[in-house]
This record gives sequence, structure tokens and C-alpha cells, in this order.
Amino acid sequence: METLDQIKSRVEAAVPGAQLQIVPNDTPANQPSLVVDPEHALAVARFLRDDPQLRLDYASNVTGVDWLDKVTKEKVKVKKLVDGVEKEVEETIERTTPGYLEAVYHLYSMALKQGPVVLRQRSINRVDPVHLASLTPIYRGAEFQEREIYDLYGVIFDGHPDLRRILMWEGFKDYPMRKDYLPPDDFEYEPTPHDEVLERAQKHYPAKAGTS
Amino acid sequence: MDEGLRSELSKQGIFTVKMQELLQWGYNTSRKNSIWPLQFGLACCAIEMIATSMARYDLARFGAEVFRPSPRQADLMIVAGTVTKKMAPQVVRLFNQMPEPKYVIAIGACAISGGPFKQGYNVLKGIDRFIPVDVHIPGCPPRPEALLHAFMTLQRKIDSDLLTGPNRARHLDSQISGEYPLPTYGDHDLEPAFNPDVWHPPVIVREA
Repeated sequence: METLDQIKSRVEAAVPGAQLQIVPNDTPANQPSLVVDPEHALAVARFLRDDPQLRLDYASNVTGVDWLDKVTKEKVKVKKLVDGVEKEVEETIERTTPGYLEAVYHLYSMALKQGPVVLRQRSINRVDPVHLASLTPIYRGAEFQEREIYDLYGVIFDGHPDLRRILMWEGFKDYPMRKDYLPPDDFEYEPTPHDEVLERAQKHYPAKAGTS
Repeated sequence: MDEGLRSELSKQGIFTVKMQELLQWGYNTSRKNSIWPLQFGLACCAIEMIATSMARYDLARFGAEVFRPSPRQADLMIVAGTVTKKMAPQVVRLFNQMPEPKYVIAIGACAISGGPFKQGYNVLKGIDRFIPVDVHIPGCPPRPEALLHAFMTLQRKIDSDLLTGPNRARHLDSQISGEYPLPTYGDHDLEPAFNPDVWHPPVIVREA
């Protein structure tokens, strides 16, 4: 199969205006992925499916990822006047990169027995409502998995034929796979509490008087 | 009849029994040896339940091989598997639809406590929050022998059911309803999270 760079340049030629970006992967898997903007995701997916050299006709897996806001600390040397003398002082600057919600598609070709190409869509931020493009019109098998992402992450897939909750019930308000989800506190007893569970357990079962 | 006279008569080959005990023995023995379980499984523990009912373990030895596909014909609910919060109202509804006398065996870590999913957002932390469970079996999943043991435990329990008196069995007490309220789907959790008539959070003081 072509490299992702080749695929990217061909997609850019075929879908004018598509903003593509390659995310490298330094782990042993070494599987780079292609980030596509939601406006052109459908056209890009159609190209990937119909292109005679790729024919990525099978979305084997669709999943969601919640990326929290990232705070990076950077040390910068700044020249400052200290007691009338100019000195170089180190300062730490905190930079907040806004988090985003992501839908990841693993595309394979059944016809040419090749793949995967990993396609990602990212939202601008992770504040409601988050809209991404549904690829269900291209890949029928993505329907339930996009519903699952909608259910668990709260991503609204524009163009999805039947976007309802699939695992949780209608009327459920939360998105449980988001990293800031707080489960209901229906905690009663845990024989070996640890970490966060220990904190919750201590709230429910205060230690005996006289012990700490 | 006093015990002395009773034992004296038994030495002569005359056995006496109270009518009530005889009735109770007959009533309970006939019930405990023909339990019809409800045929339904929720997860992998159901595979063990199926194995128990098949040739190797042979639940028929205990008279419980007739798995009924309708709650109206069943008198034992075997809650086999993970009860999700979404499934819980349906399980309670099935139990409500069963005619008295009815019993519940909860098989496996999930059904009795939530098991490995206890910390999760979607699994009920034990079906005994909503319906009265007679026998709990731990295990993940429990072996068929454990289910057989639970069956024998249930048979002993049925055998000791009283017909009269304040401690009589639930189905003989007209004051107690055999129906249990269904939890509803709330915004964040089931509402209520448990049925206070059936279950209370355990009162445990943590040792530091």
C-alpha cells in the first residue's frame, strides 16, 4: 500500500480544500494517522473508499477519544531589571492547549486486502455541543459505533441517519466515557479500597473513633 | 401430645405427627423437588447455568430441569450474569410477573455485587437492591457445582417454609405483596437507586 504521505497528497488533489494533517506515531506500532477536518471528512472518506488503488471499503473499528486540556510548562529566560541591573531570569510560562474530542476510524480494504488507514476527526474544543461529520453514509458499519461515541462522549455526528443513545437509556444526561464524568455516588462497601476508591470509601465509612 | 408419650408410642411402632407438620412436609417437599426455573440469562454465568442443566451435571436430579420460557410458569428466577442499570427494571418486571411462591438465586459476582464492574457507571451493584434474593453464589463465574449447592440450599430453605404463624412464607402472608416497584431511568442513575424495603446499605465502620 502507498505510504500515508502519498495518500495525503492524492487526497488533497482529489478533495480541494480538505485540511489534512499526519499524526506521527513513535511507538513500536509506528502507525501514523490522518487527521481530517469535519467539513471535508465525508468527501475524503468517499475518495478513500472509491479510489481504485486504495478501495478502503471496510471500517473495522470506530472509536472515540477524549483529550483533556493540556497544560504545558515552559521555562523561558527573560531579561529583567532587577534592582536597576539587567539580569537574565528564568520564568515558567503555562500554556493551555484546548482539549478536543476525537473520532478514530480504522479503514481496511477487503477488496485489495490492505490497510489499515487510520482516519481521525477532531473537534475544536470539548465543550458542548461537539459536532463531527458522520461517515455512516459511506461506511454502513459505522452506524452503531458512531451512536456509541455519541452515547458515551456526546459527539454529535452530523448526517447520521439514526443518532440515538445505544448503551445508556434515553433521558440519561451524562457522557460516561468523558474524563471529567462523575459517576453517581452509590458506593457502599469495598473490601480493599485504594486511591480514588479509598477517598470515596472514607467519606462513607469514617474511621473508628480513636484511630486515624 | 407430650414428647414422653410420643417416644413411648414410637417404641411400639406407632408414629404420631401433627397435622400441620404433615401438611407442611407434604407441601414443601412437593414444591422443593419440582422447581421450574425461568429460562433467562444475562451474561457468561448463564453458560454455567446451561452447563448445570445438561448431561454432565444434570440439574434434573434435583427436579429443576424444566426451564420455562415464560415468567408465568416459573417459580425460580436464576439471575445469571451482569445486571446493567438499563436491564434492571426488566429483571424486576419479570420477577413481578412470576406467580407466588417464587424464589431468586443470584449467580456470580456481577449479580450479587456488580463484580468486576462495581466501579463502573452502568452496572447495578447487586440485584438484591430491588428484589429479595434467597441464595447468593459468589464466583466469576461459579462452577456448576456451586449452582447445584445453591439449589440444595434453596431446597432446604423451601423445606423450612412455615405455613402459619408470624414467620410464615411470603406467599402465604396476604399482607406482603409479591410485586416490587420498578426503578425508573433517571438523569444520572436509576431512581430510586435501591428499594429500601428490600435492601439497605451495609452499616460498616472502617478500621483505619
